[in-house]
Amino acid sequence: MNTVLSAQDISRALSRIAHEICEGNNGAKSITLLGIPTRGAHLAFRLAALIESIEGSAVQVGTLDTTLFRDDLRLKAPRALMPTRIPSLGIEGRNVVLVDDVLFSGRTIRAALDALGDIGRPSRVQLATLVDRGHRELPIRADFVGKNIPTSLSQNVKVNLVEIDGIDEVTIAEKVSA
Amino acid sequence: MKHLLSIADISRLDAIKILDTAEELAKVSDTPMKKLPTLRGRTIVNLFAEDSTRTRISFETAAKRLSADVINFSSKGSSLSKGESLKDTAQTLQAMGADAVIIRHGASGAPARLADCQWMSGAVINAGDGTHEHPSQALLDAFTIRRHLGQGREDLTGLRVGIVGDVLHSRVARSNVLLLTKLGAHVTLIAPPTLLPVGVESWPVSVSYDFDSVLESLDVVMMLRVQLERMQELFFPNAREYSRYFGLNSARLQTLHPDAIVMHPGPMNRGLEITADSADSARSVILEQVSNGVSVRMAILYLLLAGDTSIEAGN
Repeated sequence: MNTVLSAQDISRALSRIAHEICEGNNGAKSITLLGIPTRGAHLAFRLAALIESIEGSAVQVGTLDTTLFRDDLRLKAPRALMPTRIPSLGIEGRNVVLVDDVLFSGRTIRAALDALGDIGRPSRVQLATLVDRGHRELPIRADFVGKNIPTSLSQNVKVNLVEIDGIDEVTIAEKVSA
Repeated sequence: MKHLLSIADISRLDAIKILDTAEELAKVSDTPMKKLPTLRGRTIVNLFAEDSTRTRISFETAAKRLSADVINFSSKGSSLSKGESLKDTAQTLQAMGADAVIIRHGASGAPARLADCQWMSGAVINAGDGTHEHPSQALLDAFTIRRHLGQGREDLTGLRVGIVGDVLHSRVARSNVLLLTKLGAHVTLIAPPTLLPVGVESWPVSVSYDFDSVLESLDVVMMLRVQLERMQELFFPNAREYSRYFGLNSARLQTLHPDAIVMHPGPMNRGLEITADSADSARSVILEQVSNGVSVRMAILYLLLAGDTSIEAGN
């Protein structure tokens, strides 16, 4: 197991992303951050706090569960649903920034786009991810990336966050063949 | 979990998972776009060999909100009324490619028979079988109680539920006793001795023949329908006497704890087990039970049909 991002690396990457989001959206007024549970949601709340300290005003932040929109539900055991909490202003006409921990096949983001479409019509949707590990299966890219990490399909990328795992770090390990 | 046949089969954790899933799905139902693509391409058959308004429509709505195709099939107007056997009906449904069958049947155990035999491969959901069980009703009742009185807890620990009336003929009561006690509630059955089943002493409940003496202690009053169609003999002297001793009226409503709620699985015999003003009072959550029913049934369909139930959930 290799640690590819330390706690300090993660915090630097997040504060850079927070600045880039403000820069790309002319401040924070039009932004709605939506984190994809579980770890993407925690990252979204951290980014919101960072943007608030940069801009000095509150940021709309919520969570978006994509489970019901996934195309691989039939291939796996039944999954529990995670909370979807759309902030008070909704997403109509907003600049929505989706936040996830790892961008891999792109299928989660496709599901997230479908889920958004059912809630309203954002004026723009962007994607922020802590790690981009490649191996896309759909034409999807991230607008804000913490770190590009080239991986092989035989590896697992694991993001650990203090809120859930008690530590901030990103590790790569070979998959244990079951 | 491949089928939902009875509450006896599911664990406390399964039940909580269904309730939590329903809670998230209820939030979806509050948004303007109520339809989800989750079960697109799945076929669900509503096989109702007994009359039903709420349960059938509720399952149909739940299935349609998840984008499944629904085929409704009731005994009247189908070959069931010509005497076609359950086996032949099941094999017909299998040949048409049904992914799930929601069955209501007058014979206790009919859904279990359907699930255990190799007649069809789909999921079987019990929507009420004879006087045995009605698991989806119990789940929606537990969901409604948890929303009102759960105070954010995942189960119903410490709540006192009174189930009043025709327990003998009630599959709703059987499923509720199993589920509510599994979730930590204390259940009291309140009925005349003639309307209590043989062997009730072995149930994990208290029994009272006197509604008024326990009224004040209850958090939930669940009234049951007097099932006149199942009564071939006399179980109580007359309707007036029954409603006087075991009916919910405005005087009893006043005696209830201020936070207590009134439930009824429907259809109601207004004036017999419940007076109109009690049924329509602010305490009554009867219509809420109906709308919660859709969310709970969506959760059941989602958990049984969306994933591959042959893989154990982990990770």
